[in-house]
Amino acid sequence: MKQYETVIGLEVHIELATKTKIFCGCSTEFGGEPNTHTCPVCAGMPGALPVLNRQVVEFALKAGIAANCQINQLCRFDRKNYFYPDNPQNYQISQLYLPVCHDGWIEIETSTGKKKIRIHEMHMEEDAGKLIHDEWEDCSLVDYNRSGVPLIEIVSEPDMRSAEEVISYLDKLRCMMQYLGVSDCKLQEGSMRADVNLSVCEAGSGVWGTRTEMKNLNSFKAITRAIEAERERQIELLEMGKPVIQETRRWDDNKESSRAMRSKEDARDYRYFPDPDLPPVHISDEWIQRIRNTQPELREEKQQRYQDELGLSDYDARVLTESAHLAALFEKTAELSQNPKKTAAWFMGEVLRLIKEYGTEPEKVCFSPKHLARLICMVEEKKVSPANAKKVFEHIFDEDTDPEAFVREHGLGIVQDADLLQRVLQKVLAENPGPLSELLGGKEKVFGFFVGQMMRELKGTASPEAVREALMEEIKKNRR
Amino acid sequence: MAKIIDDETMENVCLLAKLSLEGEEREAARAEMQKMLTYVEKLDQLDTEGTEPLSHIFGSENVFREDEIVNGNQKDAMLFHAPRTKDGQYHVPKTIG
Amino acid sequence: MELSQMTALELSRNIRERKISVSDGVESVFAQIRKKEKKIHAYLDLFEEDAYKRAEQVQKGIAQGIYTGPLAGVPIAVKDNICIKGKKTTCASRILENFIPTYQAEVIDRLEQAGMILIGKTNMDEFAMGSTTETSAFGVTTNPWNTAHVPGGSSGGSCAAVAAGEAYMALGSDTGGSIRQPSAFCGVTGIKPTYGTVSRYGLVAYASSLDQIGPVGKNTEDCAALLQVIAGHDQKDSTSLRRELPKFGLTSGEDLKGMKFGVPEEYMAEGMEEGVRNTFLASLKLLEELGADVEFFSMKTTEYVIPAYYIIASAEASSNLERFDGVKYGFRAAEYKGLYDMYRKTRTQGFGKEVKRRIMLGSFVLSSGYYDAYYLKALKAKAIIKKEFDQAFEKYDVILAPVAPHTAPKLGESLKDPLAMYLGDIYTVAVNLCALPAISLPGGLDGRGLPVGFQMIGPCFGENTLIRAASAFENARGTFPSAEKGGIKI
Repeated sequence: MKQYETVIGLEVHIELATKTKIFCGCSTEFGGEPNTHTCPVCAGMPGALPVLNRQVVEFALKAGIAANCQINQLCRFDRKNYFYPDNPQNYQISQLYLPVCHDGWIEIETSTGKKKIRIHEMHMEEDAGKLIHDEWEDCSLVDYNRSGVPLIEIVSEPDMRSAEEVISYLDKLRCMMQYLGVSDCKLQEGSMRADVNLSVCEAGSGVWGTRTEMKNLNSFKAITRAIEAERERQIELLEMGKPVIQETRRWDDNKESSRAMRSKEDARDYRYFPDPDLPPVHISDEWIQRIRNTQPELREEKQQRYQDELGLSDYDARVLTESAHLAALFEKTAELSQNPKKTAAWFMGEVLRLIKEYGTEPEKVCFSPKHLARLICMVEEKKVSPANAKKVFEHIFDEDTDPEAFVREHGLGIVQDADLLQRVLQKVLAENPGPLSELLGGKEKVFGFFVGQMMRELKGTASPEAVREALMEEIKKNRR
Repeated sequence: MAKIIDDETMENVCLLAKLSLEGEEREAARAEMQKMLTYVEKLDQLDTEGTEPLSHIFGSENVFREDEIVNGNQKDAMLFHAPRTKDGQYHVPKTIG
Repeated sequence: MELSQMTALELSRNIRERKISVSDGVESVFAQIRKKEKKIHAYLDLFEEDAYKRAEQVQKGIAQGIYTGPLAGVPIAVKDNICIKGKKTTCASRILENFIPTYQAEVIDRLEQAGMILIGKTNMDEFAMGSTTETSAFGVTTNPWNTAHVPGGSSGGSCAAVAAGEAYMALGSDTGGSIRQPSAFCGVTGIKPTYGTVSRYGLVAYASSLDQIGPVGKNTEDCAALLQVIAGHDQKDSTSLRRELPKFGLTSGEDLKGMKFGVPEEYMAEGMEEGVRNTFLASLKLLEELGADVEFFSMKTTEYVIPAYYIIASAEASSNLERFDGVKYGFRAAEYKGLYDMYRKTRTQGFGKEVKRRIMLGSFVLSSGYYDAYYLKALKAKAIIKKEFDQAFEKYDVILAPVAPHTAPKLGESLKDPLAMYLGDIYTVAVNLCALPAISLPGGLDGRGLPVGFQMIGPCFGENTLIRAASAFENARGTFPSAEKGGIKI
């Protein structure tokens, strides 16, 4: 049985989180009514001209620098010519000859250890519109809201050898882009799209096979399945002595198979040439330095810092830094509460639990750090019991309630009132004469019963310690 | 020697340009393109060794816009021109893939 | 003096001095249109009703001190590849037959701010590709000097309108000579500004790195005034330059002592009609009499300008015209089977022969395997041609040239041999390749009574030098007859 090696390269498109499109002042906001975010430029009208959004270059540079790339200090835009209805000019403005970044790398970690995946180049380009297939009428409908949304395309070298490595790479990219604030990178929403280039070759032969390109991979599971299926398909062809044809294939996750996206009219000759409407972009040393100086802390650094400076465990640090947004929330809370360990416990516990329970995402969590921080302090100051604090937190999580006000209004605070304690104690003792004599007789179980009764009367607003203490005092008194 | 514009080349060029020329019109176009290409081959006589291609004559400074939304909803104005629309979108024959 | 004999600046001055009304000016134009347009066919669309309404508005505006500029109240024609909001913009093509933009070109905004009156859209070669206005899908325009001849192209309608008194001024566009050549053929004056001087926003693109909008008028001063109205940085056009604007009012009739003029020897080669040659040499002499230094020098890259131009222009055009596909606007074929058939049929039926020819050539020179040999080679040639012009301008203030090797040909002659037609661009295309400014003004008449143009080419941003030199030449040349034979006062 021959051994085959899988050789994989990825082309990842990332939608940038700018307010406006790359070449015009239309909004990039997701989900508007069709064609409500369009103008002569992004709808391909005659006489319209592109003007470059500075923020797109800024984001591309942040991404490139984070991925250890070389920057082309003179870069340019080129036109990629092909006819398709989602492409209003029938050419896409992209970068071929002088892309903004090249020759970088990203380190991934898998079950077999750490590995550097090299990046061939990174370039800026505009997104196409959306095509919907109308089932009723056998036609297609075009919405140009997405046309002109800025993308960066990251082209890797064919350095990956397994689906696991691919997922690790994508996850690393996703995390990096989120941390940089450059994109929210959601595969399911299309703000991150991956095309997989795959070939197989006999292990040790040193001769690479013909590769195919796969598209329409909308989740990590789909990517894994597609890689495995394509590997099998290519091996089967080779075993039968048939050639692998270089082509683009469309993955259907429902059918768990792919088919060739071949079209006679699909010339694939893009006739790239420098776009005369856009002057070249000059990236100065100062610009690059400013970005380096203001680059945010990335996940790995943060993870390490949480362990070294905040004393968190390896596991906690890893979990807390998975989402840039959540990590930021955690840090702010820890700073305000001055108690990183306790704060971590809250996040690892209640925060993650509620995220799961509500079926939401770390990115969408939006309570005020100061509220949770205050709550944590209130527990430390014994102003509220841990049990009640959890209840309060649910309101903080849901409606960002002010914990002080809430505790006050709902009487959930731990009562320091000794008189009240005594009154309740006496009341409970009076109501339960039978058990009382057993208590005085020294039965421990009954002690617990009385604590419970008192806590119930007090609606949990006393600390268990105070209740026990009061009861002990009473017993001592009565024993004499 | 100029590139010979044969049938295959014409076919390819028409594919790229999305044109359909038939019969006489196609033959006339082929002949003219051949003539034109033979003429422009004159450029081969110019020694361009070591010369960088000049795409932009000016363009020594960056031209940017700021990331501010300046366009509102222009849906009606844009769709006004369309030969065929449906549900606020441009209506085209079914696309593959 | 009769209104129709006035220059645009004179008309505006008379209007602002209350000697005549804005409507008077508009009426004089429409009177001429009624008289001539059937024969000339300079216009594809006329805005008579709107023009009178606008005239009233401008009249009030002048009284209120809103419109104070030197061209306030002047009726102007606009080439049909420049978008005017709410008016058909067809580029003389079937594929845009009923296209009405809901946005407009920056230059139109500026005309409106200057208090000018839009009269109508003028005929042109389809998508500005041509040298005779005969490739228009909506009929030819004739030359007011002799209606059996073409007006030139691609801004033939604009130039014929001014020459026939059907407009005081016009806007044209110049990619390879399209303002200068028809100006020469029609005996009027036209300026192609330095690339980047006038915004291209709203100009339907032919070759993006070469296109510029420019003024057409009866003389240099009028053109200079209009250039000042339309020139200036526009943030909607990334190729628009921030630069010092060209001035007018330099027409002091001063002599040209100390100015150095160069004439490329290669331009004097065989193939020039006798009438053109004689007029050109006479013009050189006139400049010398004004004290200028006129000298011949060699421009070795002359024989490469046309091949380089046509490769670059066709390549860019093939890409710019891809957007015309029947999806978003314009013509869509009536019958088709599927998406790609729709594309093909729409474009094949919608575009004329010349446009299709250039699209195919352009697609070819950019295609896989040929890009280096053709397109890249042309860009390298462009670099060398530019270098030679830069070196020439170190020595000369202005370079002189004829505009075309011949005067206006007869209708129906030129399209028979496209290559021969392209070769007629020998004196104009290098200017576009190198982003230079140039002016074409009437030099004289040939043996058949057809106008011969005279071209002055300046270094980048050298419009003021050109305007000065052209004015001086005009003064010395004296009154140039108009097509009406009434004489245009300068």
